[in-house]
Amino acid sequence: MKKRSIVPYGPQHPVLPEPVHLDLVIEDEKIIEAVPSIGFVHRGLESLTAKRDFNQMVYVTERVCGICSFGHGFGYCEAVEDIMDIEVPERAKYLRTIWFELSRMHSHFLWLGLLADGFGFENLFYQCWRIREKILDVLSLTTGGRVIFSVNKIGGVMRDITPEMAVAISEMLTSVRKELKDIVPIFMEDASVKRRLVGVGVLSKEQAHELGCAGPFARASGIEIDMRKLGYAAYKDLDFDIITSNTGDSYGRCYVRINEIFQSIDIIRQALGKLPDTELAAVVKGNPKGESFIRIEQPRGEAIYYVRANGSPHLDRMRVRTPTFANLAGLCETLKGADYADVGLLILTIDPCISCTER
Amino acid sequence: MSEEKNISENTGIDDNKAAKNKCVIEEIDHRDLLKKAIEMKRQGYRLSQACAAYAEGKLELSYSFADDNNYGYTTLRLVIDKETEIISLTEIIPYAAFYENEMKELFGVNIHMIEPDYKNKLYRITKETPFIPKEAE
Repeated sequence: MKKRSIVPYGPQHPVLPEPVHLDLVIEDEKIIEAVPSIGFVHRGLESLTAKRDFNQMVYVTERVCGICSFGHGFGYCEAVEDIMDIEVPERAKYLRTIWFELSRMHSHFLWLGLLADGFGFENLFYQCWRIREKILDVLSLTTGGRVIFSVNKIGGVMRDITPEMAVAISEMLTSVRKELKDIVPIFMEDASVKRRLVGVGVLSKEQAHELGCAGPFARASGIEIDMRKLGYAAYKDLDFDIITSNTGDSYGRCYVRINEIFQSIDIIRQALGKLPDTELAAVVKGNPKGESFIRIEQPRGEAIYYVRANGSPHLDRMRVRTPTFANLAGLCETLKGADYADVGLLILTIDPCISCTER
Repeated sequence: MSEEKNISENTGIDDNKAAKNKCVIEEIDHRDLLKKAIEMKRQGYRLSQACAAYAEGKLELSYSFADDNNYGYTTLRLVIDKETEIISLTEIIPYAAFYENEMKELFGVNIHMIEPDYKNKLYRITKETPFIPKEAE
């Protein structure tokens, strides 16, 4: 009879960027079952609604995570604007879209670098993060912040993109597209990289649906779902397709994210070309009363913002369901039958954001 | 307005849907939860989130289901007392375990037959039911 052991994995582990713990039931180096636990850096940000008013909560939600920061502030603002029936000016919608796509780009580059580091290709890791710096420079130029921008407010945005800034963004996009094209063959065609990704951690389309997976993780299994197709912000005026892969493995997840970077470049170019000339924010009066569920597409997938307000400055409840939380079940499934040596890489392929999950 | 005019020429996004990003909230009795969830699952809906809120001495539970083909969104809403027992959805939707364990650990929702029940170990936090105000405990 094969011997079964339980191996604790994390919360502190060299391959994990953030603390998450898995109890791995293994049999001859093969994973039989994975039981996750989280909460090591839980901050209770949702419960801050009792101490901060609904305007201050924009800054709180932006601090749910350093990588998805813009999306969290945006999703929260959309929910409150929905409750208060605020019509956000068109220019603000376009600016939000541009910053959101820049965030997606830097998040995907961050992930590509971590993946390269995960399979032991340090030079590729440095290349990805070097290219990412160019996006952060443009974010710093247009918002004043590299990862936490604080440009969203209820009713619109606080900063504008000037024509000079638009030129800087456009030049950065040209440069990033060229440099990404140079490294794509390494991720997609290099034999040693493919050996670590192809056929590893396969999740079928049916499994991904049954397990409620979200984002690039689900799209890599062939599920054609992208919340940007709901048409919030300026997305309803912009042309883009949902990028999917049918392989369902780690290679497919890499393929989807690489192509989403190219897609973001196209979306930003479209948005810059159509930038309307309106106010940056609507006038907001009174306090919100009511409730709203808003879904948006964060770099890691569908994020849900639930806000319930009682007419006072303090909300009854603010809840964020992050994509990583939705993908935990899928992660546990992909780990079943995997080699112990692939665990770190498989955790990375869902692009886990524990800060988001520990909001 | 004809149906064609509602569809954006560029993106294929239904403008009615795009303008809304809205959720339909359906209030149900807690005894109907399992029946309703089975119905939603049969219609191809995906459980996209479940969460609790505490307001006016009651627990409000929201189970949100997404129709990924049409981007529809429906939330089943239950308003219950803190002691009321809720049946787990894990038998029909296994990954509901994460949401249910979270509601149980943070709000103390009395959910019966969660599989697996992490027994207050999903979140490694020391305080019990931290999202329930002190006066309500």
